[in-house]
Amino acid sequence: MVAVDLEGPYEPRVRRADLGLRVHWCVLPFRVLLVLTSHRGIQMYESNGYTMVYWHALDSGDASPVQAVFARGIAASGHFICVGTWSGRVLVFDIPAKGPNIVLSEELAGHQTPITDIATEPAQGQDCVADMVTADDSGLLCVWRSGPEFTLLTRIPGFGVPCPSVQLWQGIIAAGYGNGQVHLYEAATGNLHVQINAHARAICALDLAPEVGKLLSAGEDTFVHIWKLSRSPESGYIEAAPLP
Amino acid sequence: MSALKWCHKALSEPCFLPGHLCGPLRELVSLSTQHPQSVLYVLGSCTHTQRAVWDRLASVLCSAVFSLVSAVLNDIISTMFNRKFMEELFKPQELYSKKALRTVYERLAHASIMKLNQASMDKLYDLMTMAFKYQVLLCPRPKDVLLVTFNHLDTIKGFIQDSPTILQQVDETFRQLTEIYGGLSAGEFQLIRQTLLIFFQDLHIRVSMFLKDKVQNNNGRFVLPVSGPVPWGTEVPGLIRMFNNKGEEVKRIEFKHGGNYVPAPKEGSFELYGDRVLKLGTNMYSVNRPVETHMSGSSKNLASRTQESIAPNPLAKEELNFLARLMGGMEIKKPSGPEPGFRLNLFTTDEEEEQAALTRPEELSYEVINIQATQDQQRSEELARIMGEFEIMEQPRLSTSKGDDLLAMMDEL
Repeated sequence: MVAVDLEGPYEPRVRRADLGLRVHWCVLPFRVLLVLTSHRGIQMYESNGYTMVYWHALDSGDASPVQAVFARGIAASGHFICVGTWSGRVLVFDIPAKGPNIVLSEELAGHQTPITDIATEPAQGQDCVADMVTADDSGLLCVWRSGPEFTLLTRIPGFGVPCPSVQLWQGIIAAGYGNGQVHLYEAATGNLHVQINAHARAICALDLAPEVGKLLSAGEDTFVHIWKLSRSPESGYIEAAPLP
Repeated sequence: MSALKWCHKALSEPCFLPGHLCGPLRELVSLSTQHPQSVLYVLGSCTHTQRAVWDRLASVLCSAVFSLVSAVLNDIISTMFNRKFMEELFKPQELYSKKALRTVYERLAHASIMKLNQASMDKLYDLMTMAFKYQVLLCPRPKDVLLVTFNHLDTIKGFIQDSPTILQQVDETFRQLTEIYGGLSAGEFQLIRQTLLIFFQDLHIRVSMFLKDKVQNNNGRFVLPVSGPVPWGTEVPGLIRMFNNKGEEVKRIEFKHGGNYVPAPKEGSFELYGDRVLKLGTNMYSVNRPVETHMSGSSKNLASRTQESIAPNPLAKEELNFLARLMGGMEIKKPSGPEPGFRLNLFTTDEEEEQAALTRPEELSYEVINIQATQDQQRSEELARIMGEFEIMEQPRLSTSKGDDLLAMMDEL
């Protein structure tokens, strides 16, 4: 487990509001990197946690004075690391097997509001399969296929509520929303198959245990719920059941 | 009319005294009838010849208090809603540091004839920050932070109903708030709320009213309710719906959520006038609470009370103490010299206040900002400029005729 605090002048008892401060272990084919996002930019460290290999300063050029500038949302896909930003753009970094020669290879456009979360899963083997989902403050979800160039496959519109957390598992997208609902979508089609009125306040986070297909949702209502995800044997449609 | 009857009459009519003082005053009057040793009862039972003098004194003192309190409220509110100050506040900027906020707050609190010592100021600031933290934390949806602000403004307008110019300033602030924040998305409000909560992180000061109402635990953490109405726009948890490819519902499961929620009744109004629905941000002191004091047999003044195990409700107690001091015949400083006015002590006695200042835990001490020492030079210059706008009142404004009577009275006695 990693706890993150701000660098810079240390002021006892004062913690400056740092929007978008996130940390994530990115597991790549030949190495593991620790990635941090903050309002200043993106930092990447070796797996020992203190050797910095890359620093990307955020470009706040076209931000209006009232807009907060930050990076938020981190995920690894193959040998890429994807990081979301305040503008809705997703930065794709190409990571070599070792060393600091990290390159910003692409900027994905698809979102107009700040990115909240990114989820990925290893490609399932077939050709046109989705392996990345990005979510934003408007609740919009974008479904991507990774590669030397990332391709936008589907867009799932929001409904006026942010989507703070998203997960991807066996072609199922699990999205937690600010109104306390969890939605399950078919990644290939973008169709909504399950709607759970899960929490009485905004959902903070989702987590998924891939071997057993269990989804955990945590909300600001102080509750944590666990759901069993499955597919109906007859129709193949996604189903969910609460676990006591 | 006897002094007691006059007080009863004054308190039963819609008076220009703010609501949160009427309660304690009524208590004072009713307590004095139950306890013959109290000063007011003594006043009420004087012989006929003395009664005229005492009646006049009591009524004049009562109205003097009313005038003073109104003057203080008017001064503070008009300073807070001063146009230039508001303009500065509405500029897009980083959140103020804790020191900067404390400094601005202290200047605001001293924008009238009322003064506070360090210990009382600390206590008042603690109360304010914990109350605001409570309101922000418990907002059902992030946008409700704006409704809380509107509740604050509604209550403030109630205090200044007789001052049309200040009323206009507050209405103008309403309009600016609506213009700037009315159109923000849920995601932007969530960002604002999270930024505010980071500011309040690790503050766990216990407030007696919150402890008593069981909304705060003994460790200073707030209780998050798991019952009641869900936020507007949220469904009551407990239902799973499953759909086919055409979007038709094919299966439904109900489950026990664990909480005890009901649907939201209606959405709060964001108009200039309207039912906010949300209670967060309304006057904490407007509810008529039984004053948790025991009247001792002392006849000197009403300030002596039995010790309480938790910190006393500071503002309600102080109102009674102040009145008691006036009624009990302690000296009232005549407005002369460079520092007129009265001093507000949020503790039971001066000694207690001094003691509190000495024993305040290090981690809770606020170092009032030395402007030159801040890192952000530009911001500190702005702040210094704003604070230069605040003028400490030179004269107490006892502008009503009853107030003038007090001064005349003092001359006669």
